[in-house]
Amino acid sequence: MGDIMKTSSFALTEAKYVAGDNIKHVVLENVREASLKVRSRQENVAGVKLPKFEYTNDGEVNKNDLTGLARGGQQVQQCRAAYIKAIEVLVELASLQTSFLTLDEAIKTTNRRVNALENVVKPRLENTISYIKGELDELEREDFFRLKKIQGYKKREIEKQMQSAKLFVEEQVAEKLALQRGISLNNAQNILSATAQKDEDIIF
Amino acid sequence: MANRAQIPTKNSALIAMIADEDTVVGFLLAGVGNVDLRRKTNYLIVDSKTTVKQIEDAFKEFTTREDIAIVLISQYVANMIRFLVDSYNKPVPAILEIPSKDHPYDPAHDSVLSRVKYLFSTESVASGRR
Repeated sequence: MGDIMKTSSFALTEAKYVAGDNIKHVVLENVREASLKVRSRQENVAGVKLPKFEYTNDGEVNKNDLTGLARGGQQVQQCRAAYIKAIEVLVELASLQTSFLTLDEAIKTTNRRVNALENVVKPRLENTISYIKGELDELEREDFFRLKKIQGYKKREIEKQMQSAKLFVEEQVAEKLALQRGISLNNAQNILSATAQKDEDIIF
Repeated sequence: MANRAQIPTKNSALIAMIADEDTVVGFLLAGVGNVDLRRKTNYLIVDSKTTVKQIEDAFKEFTTREDIAIVLISQYVANMIRFLVDSYNKPVPAILEIPSKDHPYDPAHDSVLSRVKYLFSTESVASGRR
């Protein structure tokens, strides 16, 4: 940038030397509408809106075209060309500068976010996770314990049933043996007790 | 996340200038000068008689005007209002320091580059230039 400004300053000095010092006043008088303007756009780079400047020449009739017509016209034109080039470079530099500043701010805010997340949100979530894990483990242990208890009960029940079934089976076996010997242990007593009542069929 | 600095997309924005006479004349010759209906110009010629207050007022006016996108300021003028320039942190308009004929460009005093150095001392442009 320094070099371009140097060149344009030289061109201006040359123009002044050739055309006389009066071009200053002519130029100052003739300022009307700006013919060199800047267009600003927004570019989205990685989620950050960056400004970008574009230089446009509106191309209106430049009142300064008559400057230096008396003498040194060519130098004046050269000077103007040099300055226009300088403006182009300066516009691009301004664009870069604003992009840099915007990016800088974006970096700072992102950093702040990262710090906040790391130091506040993460520990809270980790605490919640460990609490939940602890509760789940405890529930699992409870369940496990209950399961074991129920298994124990069931075992005892089964054993009781087995014992009563065994007793029953033994009685059955005993009755069968008795029947085979002609005595019904149980039914014999019933007939005897039945004759206590009057039975018509029995004659004596 | 709310974008606090809204960058307007404009189609025609001006370039303002606060510099010494020769520089301003050169840029006016190129065609960046603008005088609107109320005789307000977008440039300020700084010479030995200009007071610091005038420069400050012009700077504040240029930075608050909506239609100015870039402000070119000579470096020695910027040194006179260094605190204003350094505390300015809006992205638009962009403040650009340019050298003048008698004072060559000094990157150590450029407000943006010094901020770069201050914030990212490991990867700064100014230190690279030296």
